[in-house]
Amino acid sequence: MAKKRYQPPTQAGIGQFFDSIFIMALVFSSLYLSLKYEDLKAFLGFGGGEQAAGDAAASAAAVTWESLGQNPTMQAQWEKLGYTVDSAAEIINAKFDYSIDPVALIVTAVVVIGYFVFLFKVSDKEYRDVIGEKFDN
Amino acid sequence: MAAETTAGKTERINLLKVLGPVHVWALGVGIVLVGEYMGWNFSVQKGGAYGSLIACLFIGLLYTCVAMIDSEVTSTVAAAGGQYAQAKHIVGPLMAFNVGLYLVLAYTMLEAADALVVGDLMATVAGQTGHDGLDPRPFVVFTVAILAWLNYRGVFMTLTVNFVITAIAFFALVVLLIGVKPWNPGEILMHSELLTDLPYGWIGVVAALQFGMWYYLGIEGTCQAAEEVRSAGRSIPLGTMSGMITLLIAAIITWYMAVGLMPWEYLGQTFLPMYDAAVLTDNTFLIVVLFIGTIFSAIASANGCINDASRAWFSMGRDRYLPIWFAAVHPRYRTPYRAILFLVPVAIAFGFTGLLDQVITFSILSGLLGYTFMSLNMMAFRRKWPLGSIKRGYIHPFHPLPALSLLVLCAATYFATFLGYGASLLAIMAFFIVASVWFHFHRYKFVRRADQFTMPWPKPKGY
Repeated sequence: MAKKRYQPPTQAGIGQFFDSIFIMALVFSSLYLSLKYEDLKAFLGFGGGEQAAGDAAASAAAVTWESLGQNPTMQAQWEKLGYTVDSAAEIINAKFDYSIDPVALIVTAVVVIGYFVFLFKVSDKEYRDVIGEKFDN
Repeated sequence: MAAETTAGKTERINLLKVLGPVHVWALGVGIVLVGEYMGWNFSVQKGGAYGSLIACLFIGLLYTCVAMIDSEVTSTVAAAGGQYAQAKHIVGPLMAFNVGLYLVLAYTMLEAADALVVGDLMATVAGQTGHDGLDPRPFVVFTVAILAWLNYRGVFMTLTVNFVITAIAFFALVVLLIGVKPWNPGEILMHSELLTDLPYGWIGVVAALQFGMWYYLGIEGTCQAAEEVRSAGRSIPLGTMSGMITLLIAAIITWYMAVGLMPWEYLGQTFLPMYDAAVLTDNTFLIVVLFIGTIFSAIASANGCINDASRAWFSMGRDRYLPIWFAAVHPRYRTPYRAILFLVPVAIAFGFTGLLDQVITFSILSGLLGYTFMSLNMMAFRRKWPLGSIKRGYIHPFHPLPALSLLVLCAATYFATFLGYGASLLAIMAFFIVASVWFHFHRYKFVRRADQFTMPWPKPKGY
């Protein structure tokens, strides 16, 4: 038996306007979150992976190119780029911390996998509507 | 097809079919080549110079899988929107809505990053010529506005300009390669003195996969032109695969030159690695060439991104996944002009943040979600329409190996993003989850069901 063809409602101009505003607001919310990245990390308890700033000021007296692990060629290139030993030390001493928080990792994995499972399940339901209308009429 | 209503009559206006393989190459490489000029080097920060090289090669493998899969599906599903149209025909409306958003966010963020680079380069050069403190933001606005106008005026001119400036940007890298005399190691390039062991070990190599994507991110954008090429079955695979080869070559020579000129700690954090490489040669000609190359690569990329993001937004409007107002085609220029204009403030706003690594991470994550979809989509495509059941423009070899490899590499890159940008990953997942719920419970009621399947194919197997 042929399926009844679904007739979608016509969206008024004001509705289209609000939907456009909603999606724009959603995009800008993600921008806001990126601006508040450090706060977000603290809120979520994501400690691993961040780059620790080099504590150049504290050890300024002791800093030399040798202590920073820079050979004469590296030193020459830093200087050509306009850096002194102190300004280079801030960059060189900034290191990533790759310690992994297992709880954060599990939460992230569950969110990503759960998202795709949700997408494929719901999409399949909607896809059956599409195929049913397309081929059964 | 979009409709414009004039004087009470509805006239159907199509996008123009004017593009050839050269334009497809220009679209793909044009978007991506800026990744050789900036952004890839953040992978050096995460894993060291060798870590970045290993990431470059592994991610090159990921993108080869992407190009192979994309060529088959796109040459068969020839409709504007690229992967979006594929998702609509193969998986379903909600997936298509999400894929459309991946494309728009990936390209709009990349466009913002490009504009940021233009502004930053202008400020850097101003500083080097004694004009410190130049505000880069007007250049961000100017770049986005001019390119949006170009896109508004027509696709043929847009992509012809892209072909010319992309070719110049590519040859700028070749000129630099010749200028640093690789045949004479130790004179300018000093690999033996500058290269170090892996600073973080193998975990750093895995972490480097995240920014390793920047070497190639956006090559899949070639299929956004599917509805505007004269012969999709020929032009898309030819333009995409030749583009991928161009990018692999560019990525290797870029890495080789940069790590032979700069300490890895500096290289890992600079916004302008190739311009800095030219500065380190003390050769004014090379500095000028790389200034031009950097500007052109950023402009070509932003130009292609506006083209691709607007096509995806337009397609979603046409299918009522978004308000149908966005589905208008300009009656004279035959471009999706409302979609082009709507995305301009988004790109400028993200460009104004000045947070290049965050903007790039948003772009990379949107791209990564899209690649995860592509691997699953390819398997669904072959299952629902086995070989021989429909006419394919191109059949990629070794299925399902490329799709499975892509899925494994995507999983590794999610983990890499978790190492350092885990909060960003969850933030962007929150965005897509909220958008998905909004679509299913609100927008889906406006969607005409049968209209979502326009290809002349038989019923999919299993339905």
